[in-house]
Amino acid sequence: MLELRGITKSYGGRRVLDDVSFDVRPGRLTGFVGGNGAGKTTTMRIVLGVLAGDGGTVTLDGDQVTAADRRRFGYMPEERGLYPKMKVLEQIVYLARLHGYSKADATERARTLLEQLGLGERLGDNVETLSLGNQQRAQIAAALVHEPQVLILDEPFSGLDPLAVDVVAGVLQERAARGAAVLFSSHQLDVVERLCDELVIISAGQIRAAGTRDALRAEHSTRRYELVSASDAGWLREESGVDVLEFDGGYAVFETDGDETTQRVLRRAVAQGDVASFAPQHPTLAQIFKEVIQ
Amino acid sequence: MTLPTTLPTRSGGAPSAPSTAQSIALVAEREIGSKLRSKAFVISTVILFLGALALVVWGGFSAGNSSGTPVAVTSDAVQFLPDGSGLDVTDVADRSEAESLVTAGDVDAAIVADSSSPLGFAIIADSEAPTQLMLTLAQVPPVELLNPDDTNPALRYLVAIGFGIVFLLAASLFGGTIAQSVVEEKQTRVVELLISAIPTRALLAGKVIGNTVLAMGQILILAAIAIVGLTVTGQGEILQGLGAPIAWFAVFFLFGFILLASLFAAAAAMVSRQEDIGSTTMPLTMLIMAPYFLVIFFNDNPTVLAIMSYIPFSAPVGMPMRLYLGEAQWWEPILSLAILIATCVAAILVGAKIYQNSLLRMGARVKLREALSSR
Repeated sequence: MLELRGITKSYGGRRVLDDVSFDVRPGRLTGFVGGNGAGKTTTMRIVLGVLAGDGGTVTLDGDQVTAADRRRFGYMPEERGLYPKMKVLEQIVYLARLHGYSKADATERARTLLEQLGLGERLGDNVETLSLGNQQRAQIAAALVHEPQVLILDEPFSGLDPLAVDVVAGVLQERAARGAAVLFSSHQLDVVERLCDELVIISAGQIRAAGTRDALRAEHSTRRYELVSASDAGWLREESGVDVLEFDGGYAVFETDGDETTQRVLRRAVAQGDVASFAPQHPTLAQIFKEVIQ
Repeated sequence: MTLPTTLPTRSGGAPSAPSTAQSIALVAEREIGSKLRSKAFVISTVILFLGALALVVWGGFSAGNSSGTPVAVTSDAVQFLPDGSGLDVTDVADRSEAESLVTAGDVDAAIVADSSSPLGFAIIADSEAPTQLMLTLAQVPPVELLNPDDTNPALRYLVAIGFGIVFLLAASLFGGTIAQSVVEEKQTRVVELLISAIPTRALLAGKVIGNTVLAMGQILILAAIAIVGLTVTGQGEILQGLGAPIAWFAVFFLFGFILLASLFAAAAAMVSRQEDIGSTTMPLTMLIMAPYFLVIFFNDNPTVLAIMSYIPFSAPVGMPMRLYLGEAQWWEPILSLAILIATCVAAILVGAKIYQNSLLRMGARVKLREALSSR
């Protein structure tokens, strides 16, 4: 497990990271969410050792992360770019060889990975001739080719079309399933919500929430329900303990003051007419995000 | 979600880290490979080789077509002139007038009657007897050299330009290359991937070695063109006395280039964008150009050449020049080379430190003091 504890960093007196602590567990996808300038990239760069923090520790399975450990990290920097004038396959093979794979092994791994990422047709093309989305896939291959045990990806989904997002998401899930600890940042909250087992929300250099997605949802869930009914649901307004938030004919969103009230409302709804749907409404990540960063 | 293919399984798990030597070799191999595939590099190199070849061939051509060697002949030696010799003859009254023309350089040689010679005449020349004249004579008479130790000034100048320009071109071309390559990696953040895999020093060493191999290759091919070309076109005599200086030049260039390459890499690591390279490599560019101008202006000044031949940055040009002129003692190139190698080691250490401290600092130019500080 990768553990960050009390990481701080200041730039010229301005504190950009303040006591940042969270865990990245093996076998899990951890989403790292925050607004622009919240400190995501700075945190990732400190974990990678390309930037020195002012304080705090980064440990892997209890021990301080060393250069040798970082050889088993995979990293995708925020600024994309491989060697512009190098062929895609050669580039990934080169990186794999720097990690110690033989030429034959490196070539096989690179080829398989690039094909999996949908770049099979472009292996012999220079990186600069690829579209941005394809360059990004090549960049992801660069981060993955040496079978890292910890993956740190800065905005791996930005600029990808929905199909490409699925391909990349699949590759990351597969890595996690094989035991890698995966941390990635993203602005696409829907993607994060769909993919991640764990979430870390950062704002203004401080961790505002961290934990499993479900725990976070439960923590921020309310007694909010959605009713879709064949008949007019106007009677809801007269029920005690019910606070109607949205209303439109047979559709209503409301909060109740307890399970008892909820059950009473449900029984009455059925009595009033055919009920198409009666379900608790979970807060979306976007809602949680807005709530915790305030 | 299922995937169409799966990765090779983790058979054997993670490979062990490559040794430092392997890492260096991989980096050097990439440097060389990417350069050899760059059209701009290949074209400019071919032009350089063709230019050298053209110069050599043109030299041979004009030597073969010269309108005759100017010689002075005293009236009592006219009978010894070979027939149809293609000589440009000037009649002079006596031996002293002939000698003064030779000294002044108006003629290459004089033919004078000489009773002590078995042939009845002798040749007077300045520093060496003109080859064309000697070839036209059936029997070679005694040659009296007025200034036997002097090197032909035109040839001296050519040799000076030769060493100077080859050093300037190769050092600036590959110095610039290494600087660009360092900044390219920094600008594209590839460097962040590289140094998570291999030590910074291995990366620097690989870059320096790769570019040194390319630069030395270019120098050796140029030397081969010069030597083979001059021999084939019948100008072999120019090579006399140049063999050892060229060999020394190659040795000095090797260490001189490693010195410069380390500094170029360090200087380039201090900036983050290609556009800013000039701001930190400018002093180095001056260092490369200085020997070229010094050797052209001062190739007849033994004091300046002697100083040049010991300063590490100009020694690759200065010392071979002095060796060619016969001004250096046998131990001097060895001492100078030792100084150069010591400087080279120091430059590698300082360069590696600057490189290491600056490589991951993006944005504004890194200040030299910060780059050298221990953190």
